[in-house]
Amino acid sequence: MSATFRIAGAGRLKQAKIAGFSFDGRPYTGIEGDTLASALLANGVHLVGRSFKYHRPRGFLSAGAEEPNALVEIKRDAARKTPNVRATVQELYDGLTAQSQNRWPSLAFDVGAVSSIASPMLSAGFYYKTFMWPKAAWKNLYEPKIRAAAGLGVAPDQPDPDHYSARFAHCEVLVLGGGAAGIAAALAAAETGARVILADEQAEFGGSLRFESGAKIEGQDGFSWAQSALAKLSAMDNVRVLPRTTAFGYYAQNFVGLVERVSDHLQNPGRDLPRERLWQVRAKRVVLATGAIERHMVFADNDRPGIMLASAARTYLNHYGVAVGRNIGVYTANDSAYAAAIDLKKAGINVAAIVDLRDNPTGPAIDEARALGIQVNFGRAVIRAGGKLRVSSMTVQPKNGGGERSIPVDAILMSAGWTPSVHLFSQSRGKVAFNDETKRFVPGIYAQDCVSVGACNGTDGLSATIDEAYAAGAKAAKDAGSRPAKGTKPKVDAGESWSRGMLGAAPGAGADTTVKAFVDFQNDVTAKDIRQAVHEGMRSIEHVKRFTTNGMATDQGKTSNMHGLAIAAETLGKPIPQVGLTTFRAPYTPVTFGSIVGHARGPLFDPTRKTAIHPWAERQGAVFEDVGQWKRAWYFPKPGEDIHAAVDRECVTVRKTAGLFDASTLGKIEVVGPDAAKFMELLYTNPWEKLEPGRCRYGIMLREDGFIYDDGVVGRLAPDRFHVTTTTGGAPRVMNHMEDYLQTEFPHLNVWLTSITEQWAVIAVQGPKSRDIIAPLVEGIDMSDEALPHMSVREGRICGVPTRLFRMSFSGERGFEVNVPADYGEAVWEALWAEGQKHGACAYGTESMHVLRAEKGYIIVGQDTDGTVTPNDAGLDWAVGKKKTDFVGIRGMARPDLVAKGRKQLVGLKTRDPKVVLEEGAQIVADPKQAIPMKMIGHVTSSYWSQNCGRSIALGLVAGGRDRTGETLYVPMPNGVIEVEVTGMVFFDEKGERLNG
Amino acid sequence: MLLIRCPYCEEERPELEFRNAGEAHIARSPNIASESDDDFEKFFFIRSNPKGIIYERWRHMHGCARFFNAVRDTVSDRFLMTYKAGEPKPVKLPGAAK
Ligand SMILES: [Zn+2]
Repeated sequence: MSATFRIAGAGRLKQAKIAGFSFDGRPYTGIEGDTLASALLANGVHLVGRSFKYHRPRGFLSAGAEEPNALVEIKRDAARKTPNVRATVQELYDGLTAQSQNRWPSLAFDVGAVSSIASPMLSAGFYYKTFMWPKAAWKNLYEPKIRAAAGLGVAPDQPDPDHYSARFAHCEVLVLGGGAAGIAAALAAAETGARVILADEQAEFGGSLRFESGAKIEGQDGFSWAQSALAKLSAMDNVRVLPRTTAFGYYAQNFVGLVERVSDHLQNPGRDLPRERLWQVRAKRVVLATGAIERHMVFADNDRPGIMLASAARTYLNHYGVAVGRNIGVYTANDSAYAAAIDLKKAGINVAAIVDLRDNPTGPAIDEARALGIQVNFGRAVIRAGGKLRVSSMTVQPKNGGGERSIPVDAILMSAGWTPSVHLFSQSRGKVAFNDETKRFVPGIYAQDCVSVGACNGTDGLSATIDEAYAAGAKAAKDAGSRPAKGTKPKVDAGESWSRGMLGAAPGAGADTTVKAFVDFQNDVTAKDIRQAVHEGMRSIEHVKRFTTNGMATDQGKTSNMHGLAIAAETLGKPIPQVGLTTFRAPYTPVTFGSIVGHARGPLFDPTRKTAIHPWAERQGAVFEDVGQWKRAWYFPKPGEDIHAAVDRECVTVRKTAGLFDASTLGKIEVVGPDAAKFMELLYTNPWEKLEPGRCRYGIMLREDGFIYDDGVVGRLAPDRFHVTTTTGGAPRVMNHMEDYLQTEFPHLNVWLTSITEQWAVIAVQGPKSRDIIAPLVEGIDMSDEALPHMSVREGRICGVPTRLFRMSFSGERGFEVNVPADYGEAVWEALWAEGQKHGACAYGTESMHVLRAEKGYIIVGQDTDGTVTPNDAGLDWAVGKKKTDFVGIRGMARPDLVAKGRKQLVGLKTRDPKVVLEEGAQIVADPKQAIPMKMIGHVTSSYWSQNCGRSIALGLVAGGRDRTGETLYVPMPNGVIEVEVTGMVFFDEKGERLNG
Repeated sequence: MLLIRCPYCEEERPELEFRNAGEAHIARSPNIASESDDDFEKFFFIRSNPKGIIYERWRHMHGCARFFNAVRDTVSDRFLMTYKAGEPKPVKLPGAAK
């Protein structure tokens, strides 16, 4: 198909390479340098989408990032489907495949358009009103049907195969926007030698110079000047130029997020190229040169395909060489649309009429239009557009009423004026100010070290823009500490200038009408919807916005906000500034999840910590569980075993012979220094001063509020050296807690804290044969009960490497924990395993470790305690030094409520039926026959099947629990009530004889 | 993302390296065990939570690991100054209005 709307001699796509592409399965050709939009328009295609709510046919409104209508899906392969891509931004490449969205079965015939007929039901606030009742309608109608009919595009259903990179950057001056203003500011800043970053969302710099055919700078046409200035900037070492890069978020202290689209425009992006790159830039000064966005006219059926912004039509002609129609109507309240009509007329396109809402405008643009023979109508309004899948006519009427006249057209170009792009300024927490004369919000009070220049600052005219921008660029560099340079400001030979225009609904779409005059195209919000919101009681623009969803679509109301505000203000009878502008939030344009996530996905999402013994466990076929960032061996199934069979075997083997357990993940902190014991006295409830070197003690750490924070066995290696262990999950916060007190409350203590978790691998050997397994490998340590009693620690060697050998038990059996430098962990484990094999020992995982400790009533902080449990509640009063006058938590522990009667206490629970295993977290009641909601007096914290006890065992927190010993309580469950008996916490070897067994 | 000057490292570093540690200048009594319930309540539970200038503790967690104090405006999020732990509450604040 030939590109019949490409105008010979127009545009800049020279030395063209043809690019084939498809849209909805039909093949087309375009030219390299096209956007998908310009290529489709060159083929005469205007209908590209259906609207969100009413499924109305839609075409292109704009030629840029503000596009609300032309959202398509770009598909590279099954996994690379990107929905909601603005066709006006997507650059064409050979082989590009695009699909329209939001239509079924086809774009031209869409069943969903029936909702246009039911549209009264879908008016403003319909979310809030319609989706209220009946309840069943949610399940059967709203969710499946309306969700299927509405929605915007289809999310990809496969993992994203692309990769995304991220960079941090620092500079003196960050210039956002690469039009005339941005380039001038960057030139001035760069001349001082300052580090400058210049970013623009387009592939080519130049901004509105892309369409302003009247601009002349330094003897060149505006766009050519922009390219030579850019070449100069790119060649400078202190300048980084970023095309295709959108500043999406402006955060505190001049921290700006930018996304660079690296490969979306390439036919075959190399696998080494990221798809996008996130730039996190910290700038000393920011220059905002973000330009302005043209507004549409709000009139009936202003959404017909073929109706677009005047500047967009001009861009398609002057940059891409494409005419958006053959017989064009213009509807304006501003001079800038005249320039579009003039450019098109000069290119040989018929301009049927200019309809100007103003009464008697004068000026060179009007004179030139007339001189070219274009029919110009003042004081008139377009009250309606005809056509369905494409505009076919515009109906014109004097703005104060009178006879109608229909003019056949195939495109309508509109301009209601220009809205300064204050989005990033507003994101920087700057306050905008309303200029009553020009009817626009411009930057008012600045909150950060930034400056706005050019159109986004409400500065009109190319000459004034370059003056302002060049001065601001130089000042920004100077303020950032650069030496002033003697540069040369670009000389403007000719430029275009326009301002003013109108806000709100045009005649024919006023308060007395019910026409569909769209304000927000993407969310299908009409002028009538906004008035209705006010009539229904919305007073603030923030409420109107949420009620109507005006400005809440993915384009964030770039073209609609000001119109919506003006209509609301008019309906309220208040001036615009009193109704207020909504806050602009990041992102400026939609940002992919990929660019934010970067490399932090899959295995890189969160660090995975593995012990030195992990490879051995893997080889043994261990099943692992996640404990914080750690991978821990959960159980070691033999062929045919499930978790229950494996755990039963492991638990029995440990108590019969012995078991090896990888305890390396335990947190370990070395507390060293002359005041180490004093420090320990303050951080733990227990007494430490008198603990002899070589002995261990079970320590409890509280928070200042008196609740248990952590626990663990502490060995005193020397008078000034403690080897502290913490829970696996608690290690970092315990270290932080200790450092906090050491640095800020007890800085007089001469103590050093070192995390040694990663330095030592820990192999627990537990069971009656444990000493027999270890002893042959140990040198320099007397392993007899007399020399190495329970709860003691010695330093020596094992397998020839240094060890800190703890005699301690978390199983209730004779037990040891062998600490060796992590690098030797696997080798020592292998050696111990070989010894263990001679005695029939097993390897056991965390599940068996839990069962074994529960059989002995040893608690797990964080499972049997929850941050509201005191040592007394947990039955650990014995571990609190009664004679101590200070430790963290000593006062909190004595608070009235913490010593009151009836607190929840940790007790044992035995089910009446020994085969029934309680559910952890299940609630406990005293009387199962009481009315619902029952009074819950506690809950189950730990519960297991114990093969060693031949029954189930459980621990629970129960109000007044210890006084209830022997009582029967009840655990109501969905399948019936379970009877339990309150018992002591020790289920196995109550006397503790096996510690020396 | 804020920039915070660590008074020990003597340079501005990004917020990512730091962790907030609550209000500053709340001293733990050396005789805490004999404190009244009211005094303990004031010490442990009551915080000023101001709109405006706050004195707070930060830790240069992923840097020198030191705790220090900072003066921040909770409205603008601006840091007025930072100083070492143990130093007195500053009387004069640089750049503060009034
Ligand atoms: Zn530091």
